[in-house]
Parts: sequence; structure tokens; C-alpha cells
Amino acid sequence: MAYAAGVDVGSTQSKAAIVDENGNLVATALDETGANVVQAAEKVYEQALRSANLREEEIDYVIGTGYGRYKVTFGNAQVTEISCHGRGAVKMFPETRTVIDMGGQDTKAISVNPDGEINDFCMNDKCAAGTGRFLGAAAVALDLPLDELGPTALKSDKPVRISTTCTVFAESEVLSWLGKGKKLPDILWGVHQSIATRTIALVRRVGLEEKITFTGGVTLNVAMVKALEDRLGTRLNVSEQAHYIGALGAALFALDHILESRKPAAKAGVA
Amino acid sequence: MGQDSQNEIVGRGARDGAELFRQWFSSLGETAEQGAQCAYVFVMGSMNEILKAFDLPVVFPEINSLQTAVRRVAHEYLNEAEDYGYSPDICGYVKADVAVQLRNGEHPMGRIPKPSLAVYTNACNTYIKWAEIWERMYKIPIFTLDVPGSREGGVHTGPGDRSFENDRSYVEAQVRELITLCEEVTGRKFDIDKLREVLSYANDVASSWQRVLKLNASRPSVFNAVTEGTVYLGVANGFRGTETGSRYFKELVEEMEYKSANGVGTLTDEKYRLIFVGVPCYPIFRRFNEMFSDWGGTFVNSTYLWFASGGTNRGYQYDLQRPVESLAEGVLLSVRDAMDSMFHQSYMVEEMIGDMHVDGVVYHPIKSCRTVSTGLADSRRYLMEKCDVPSLFLESDMMDKRVVSEAQMKNRIDAFFEGLASRRSQQAAA
Repeated sequence: MAYAAGVDVGSTQSKAAIVDENGNLVATALDETGANVVQAAEKVYEQALRSANLREEEIDYVIGTGYGRYKVTFGNAQVTEISCHGRGAVKMFPETRTVIDMGGQDTKAISVNPDGEINDFCMNDKCAAGTGRFLGAAAVALDLPLDELGPTALKSDKPVRISTTCTVFAESEVLSWLGKGKKLPDILWGVHQSIATRTIALVRRVGLEEKITFTGGVTLNVAMVKALEDRLGTRLNVSEQAHYIGALGAALFALDHILESRKPAAKAGVA
Repeated sequence: MGQDSQNEIVGRGARDGAELFRQWFSSLGETAEQGAQCAYVFVMGSMNEILKAFDLPVVFPEINSLQTAVRRVAHEYLNEAEDYGYSPDICGYVKADVAVQLRNGEHPMGRIPKPSLAVYTNACNTYIKWAEIWERMYKIPIFTLDVPGSREGGVHTGPGDRSFENDRSYVEAQVRELITLCEEVTGRKFDIDKLREVLSYANDVASSWQRVLKLNASRPSVFNAVTEGTVYLGVANGFRGTETGSRYFKELVEEMEYKSANGVGTLTDEKYRLIFVGVPCYPIFRRFNEMFSDWGGTFVNSTYLWFASGGTNRGYQYDLQRPVESLAEGVLLSVRDAMDSMFHQSYMVEEMIGDMHVDGVVYHPIKSCRTVSTGLADSRRYLMEKCDVPSLFLESDMMDKRVVSEAQMKNRIDAFFEGLASRRSQQAAA
């Protein structure tokens, strides 16, 4: 049995995925990226290998993706996370035509065809407004762990309107609402709604087409899922494995390479 | 042609263009040292023809500014203008120039002389406010040439049409006012034969420039419209109306015809042919292009080469028998085209996609310039509806490195090429 791997080195977290030659996901791993990007990639890959009970020699091809893709020194090739999220999302939810990927530092809207290939994509501007970092800033300002943000926000009955889109100013705006005596859930729900509004603007730029699959670390936040669904007026595909979709897409591109190389006259693809 | 001749001709335009640029800036330094007269002008309708007829050296502040970015010192100039009070949101070209003036002409290419006169068109509304800065700073006359633009995208009037003739008369009256102003500033009498000579050289540049741009339909393409094209553009602006400019462009045509006939491409392995829409990313000028050429992508044309040459690309030929009238007509047609290249470029880009065998279109809106960036999203949407051609939207700046994020840019460019590669594989499989 041949195996392929994808390692997604994001700005906040690194993820790895291993697939067998039939494209089945056999292992995943996740770790914080930290300051040493090369080491983070190695570490998360080793974790995935252990989880799959495989040795490095048993992996035939590895693709690096994410901002740190060129730091995946043991990788055979690199593919952007934009292509990988599209590919991974369609693998996980075949009816996907639009992908919203919300990560630590950027948010992407990706329009895909039935094969998971990219029709168009749009990302947030250079600032981190409307990304996971915006939620992180709010969590710091409110002294809450990240995983409590969503459940707390959903207790809101009278959300405030967060006017800033700047991550730096978000913290001061959140504090000013606290100073005015607003309740924590109302402030937090306002933060989620603000991010959802900005995200949907990106989605509209690539053209909204159902089904929509939500990927990236912020999918774990139940309030973010609800805020997006409320504004879009539709249910999103969300998986517990959504965090690994980029790595999965990279592993599938790696698998393409293995399968392609077995053909007598190999043609070059994306990777 | 032997190997030596090939080595001599291939790349000559870029080599000689760079050398002419150095000479030009060196001569401006001499003008500054002597305290001699010069005119400040802009790329979209420089009125070089009139000014050169009075032997007035021309200074292009836009080119001075972009050179600070290419030479990686723009931040020093931008910071100085911002310290003086200009907002980070003001055009980077304006701010770099303000700092050059505050530094008494100090510039990485040499010393820039102070203006005796500034001439500009309405092609960019910032030109007008910018010239007013010099007017206040140096108490000099400034002259706005108000060029009527196209009333509707894709609809062009021409010589003989009533509305065109009205517009032509309007421009001609202004050209005559400019001649009078030049006489006052220089103390010299207008010499119509001198104007004829300048117009004749300008004709050579315009016809050659048009030919050079067309020759890039060759496969492989004979020059990169963003990198080499910008060098040629600089010569087209600075040396229009001169014998040097005329000779340079004739030789450039010779080079491009040679490359076209012999299959000498700007890339050794051209895979993707692209059109660039907007103003280049000067703070990382070479690197920006490398991010495309690494994938085998080359720019076969650029709207910048149209509007920033003041519409010279349309190849208008002045009639030397009626120089002033013809100059007015040429300026009207060319500057109108330059403005259309900014506001209605969709139609021109659409036509070019087939003619130049284009695989993708790269839009580059910039923070600094609302004039060229506003409407690019609409233009892209139009193109996506009309043509089955992938496009990429890259936001950065032409001057300010603070808003140029290379990592994010590369991510988008790589994803764009991944899409092009995948599309090509699908087409091959079909």
C-alpha cells in the first residue's frame, strides 16, 4: 500500500494528514507552529506518522502547504493552501462549490468546481481584520479562553454592534463596551457578527454558490458557524476534521503525483 | 546574422534605455547646477512637443518618484513628506516629490532642477493639486490642458465628427495659449519649423512604439511588458520629440523584429502569457516579476504602457503641414486613449486576449492611486463575464513598501498559476 502526506504549516497551527493510495484519510495531527517553523512541520509530521503507525520511508510523496510550505524541508513539493483547501473540501463534502477558510491570520473565500479545482478565490487584505486573530484579540481583551468564546457568545440576547474591522482597535472597542456596562455574551456575539459580515463580503466577491464548506481552525467555534449561517441563510458543511482540510488537500495532491508517476507517460499536474 | 551580432542586438533596447536614462538624469543635474530653466510635466499628456520646441528640458516628477522606489529609498522620501504633514493615504508619487523638493532636489539619480513652469492635463485629478504645490512653493506659472475624454466606454468620435471637431478646437486654443506662456517664460519667440522638427521625431517614436507593442504577439513574446516594457516607456516619455528618441525606437523595432523572426523569447521557456492591468509594483519591481517568471509566466502587454505613454501607443502621426492643429488633434486622441486605458480598458483588454494568445489577466490595484484603481473590480467582472480567461486581483502599491506584503502576494500568485496549470491539464485531457 502506498501512502501520501500533506503538511499544512499555518501562521498559528501546523497540521498533517496521511492518506492511503485509495485516498482514505488514515491519520491526522495538529500542533502549535510557534517560532521554529521547520521544527513545527517536522514535529506534526512525526505525530501523524506515529498515529498511522507508519515509518517515514513508507510515505511515497509529501506536499507542504500553508504559509510555511517552503519550510517543510522534507517535502517533495509545495502547493498553496488555497488549492489544498479547495481539494480537501470537495473530498470531504463532494457537493462543495464554495469554501470559506478562516484561519489564524487570513480568511479566504474559494470558488471550486466539482473536481475541487479553483475557479476563483479572494482573501482578506493585508491586515488581520475578519480572521481568527480578531477573535484572539477579543479573547485576550475579555480574559476568556478561546474555546469558551463561542458558547458564551451564543448566550447573547442583545448583541452590540462592533464597528471596527481592525484587529488592533477591536480590543479597545471591546473594552469600551465593557466600560458601558454591556454584557459579555452581547459583546462577543457582536464580534462574531462583525467577522461574519466581513467574511461574507469576500464570499460575494467570488460568487456565492452552494454548498458552502467551512474550513480552518475557527470552524471549532460554534458561534462563528452560527453567525455565518444566519447571514448566509443556509447551513454550512462543517466537519470535526475541518481543521485538517488543507493538509488533506495537500495529501491528495501528493497522492495524484504517486498515481500519475505510475502511468507510462506521466503528465505534469499542479504539483 | 552571426552570434556576435545577435549578442549585440538582443537586449539592446534595455541596455541603451538604461544608459539614456542615466544620461537624462545627468543632464537634469547640470540644469540644476546651472539654475537653468526647465518644465515639470506628467506622463499622461506631457506636451513634450511644445516644450522641446522651446528647448526646455522636461522633468517628470512621476518618474523621479518611482525611481526612489526602484532604488529602494522611497520610504525615506515618503516618511519625510509624512513628517511634514502629508497623510499616509496621499499619492506616493506626490509625497516622494514633495520630499525631493524639501531636500532641494536631492534624488538617488542626481539633482533635480527646480521648475520654471509646470504643464499637465486633466488625465489625473491629482496632477492639478500637485502642480499647485509647486505654484505655491516656487511662484511659477502652471498650465492645465483640459482634454475632453470619451463620453461613453467603447464609443469613440474621430476627425470629421462634429463633437470631435469641437473638442479639437477647444484643445487647439489651449495649445496656442501654452505657446504664448512658453514665450513669456523663456523670452523666446515660437519657431514653427522647430516644432515641425520635434513633431517629426515624435512621429517616429509613436509609430515605432505601436509596432513594438504589436510585435509582442509573437510566440514566444519578445519582451516583458512589465520589466523591459517599463524601460522602453521611460525613453518614450523622456525622449519623445528628439533625434535620440527617434533613433532609439527605430533600433528597438529592429531588435524586436529580429527576435520575432528568430524565435528569441524574453523567457527561455514561456508557459503562460499574461496581460498586466494597472501600475507596476515598484518597491519590489524585479521580485514581483520573478514571482510570475518562476512559473514560466510573462507579461505580453500592460495597460501601463498605454496610459503612461500618454496614449503614444496608438501611433498617431502629426501632419507637419499644419503642426499646431495636428498637435491638438494628436493630443486629444492620445490623451483620450490614455484616459480610456484607465477607465474603459476592459474593451481593449478583451480584444487583446485573442490577438495576443493570452492565458490570464493580472489586475494590480494600488493603495496610492484611486485614479487607476477605481473601477478595476468592475473591469475584472466585465472580463470574466465576456471571456473565458482566468484573472488575478493583487492589491499593493507602486511606492509604499509598508502596504506591499510579498508573502501574501506570492501565495495568491502561486494559487493563480496552480489554477492555470490545472486548467491546462484539463484542456489537454479533454
